[in-house]
Amino acid sequence: MSLGGGWYLGLAAVLFGIGALGLLVRRNVLVMFMCIELMLNAANLTFVTFSRMLNDIAGQVLVFFVLVVAAAEVVVGLGIVVAIFRRRTSTTADDLHSLKG
Amino acid sequence: MNGMLVLAATRATIPDVVTFVVSAAVVLAGALGVVLSRNPVHAALSLVTTLLGIAVLFVEQDADFIAAVQVIVYAGAIVVLFLFVIMFLGVDRRENLTEEPLRGQRVLAVALVAIALAGVLALAATAHWVTGAPTVVGPISTPQRSEVAQLGVQLFTKYLYAFEATAALLVIAVVGAVVLARRPPDAADADPPEGREPEGGVSEVEPPEGGTEAAGRAAEQAVDPWIAEGAPPAPTEREEVPT
Repeated sequence: MSLGGGWYLGLAAVLFGIGALGLLVRRNVLVMFMCIELMLNAANLTFVTFSRMLNDIAGQVLVFFVLVVAAAEVVVGLGIVVAIFRRRTSTTADDLHSLKG
Repeated sequence: MNGMLVLAATRATIPDVVTFVVSAAVVLAGALGVVLSRNPVHAALSLVTTLLGIAVLFVEQDADFIAAVQVIVYAGAIVVLFLFVIMFLGVDRRENLTEEPLRGQRVLAVALVAIALAGVLALAATAHWVTGAPTVVGPISTPQRSEVAQLGVQLFTKYLYAFEATAALLVIAVVGAVVLARRPPDAADADPPEGREPEGGVSEVEPPEGGTEAAGRAAEQAVDPWIAEGAPPAPTEREEVPT
């Protein structure tokens, strides 16, 4: 058996915090997407940990769905980045200020 | 009722502790690498490090199938997609992390994240971790069914509609990505892109007076930054680029 679930949940909380910090601080849209992936992985880690602590398979099923949604999100997001890059040569979030009305 | 929890808390052996500590260090180092890398390619490689560490933690918690899917889908597909877009757009150069467009944003972000994280950890340290009822959907594994078989059975019986919905979601995502990424048919009529960097080797090109077809081609080249970037400008354009 592995360590108590509290260690895993603490690690997931710290990982989520790092991802949120990167999302707030970084300006490159691609790196911001990677930080979203970090946060999704932290959530997945908590799902698997709770699945083990409660001896319930539903947590792992949910991780499966999160993976699928993350894949779809990345595909559409990177498509949007490519479409934006067609008009502007940088992938910085600051360049999208023309979206404001 | 919480026998599983008690067992998990008491039967941790030395290899388990070592595995967790090493994996946690790898995960956190990779996460910090994503946030602190100046080059997007390095950030993507750090993301692979984090994902592999998470996969090890999944294996450690008897989630073998999820760990395999994590490696195949995340490290094998999603990060490769990231790297493909980075290379495709040619943005794999170092960026300056020291400049701060919004004053005080970084300090505020660090403070907010620290407060939220400290709150969560303090709450978790004083409260009970698990309050839910155990084994509502089904146990992780039974003597007859392994963990992978149990996951498959639940996925295709109880969660069948959700599974079908994810299939539809993936199809929609693929169609959306194709629609977003393909060049619109009237790209030649579109305005030339703005915000062009001067060192990119591309400049606003006046359409030559060689006829409407040549002008259309020149405008199309101007709309395609990734074709022109990195490659030397066409001979007709080079005359007009100030050196």
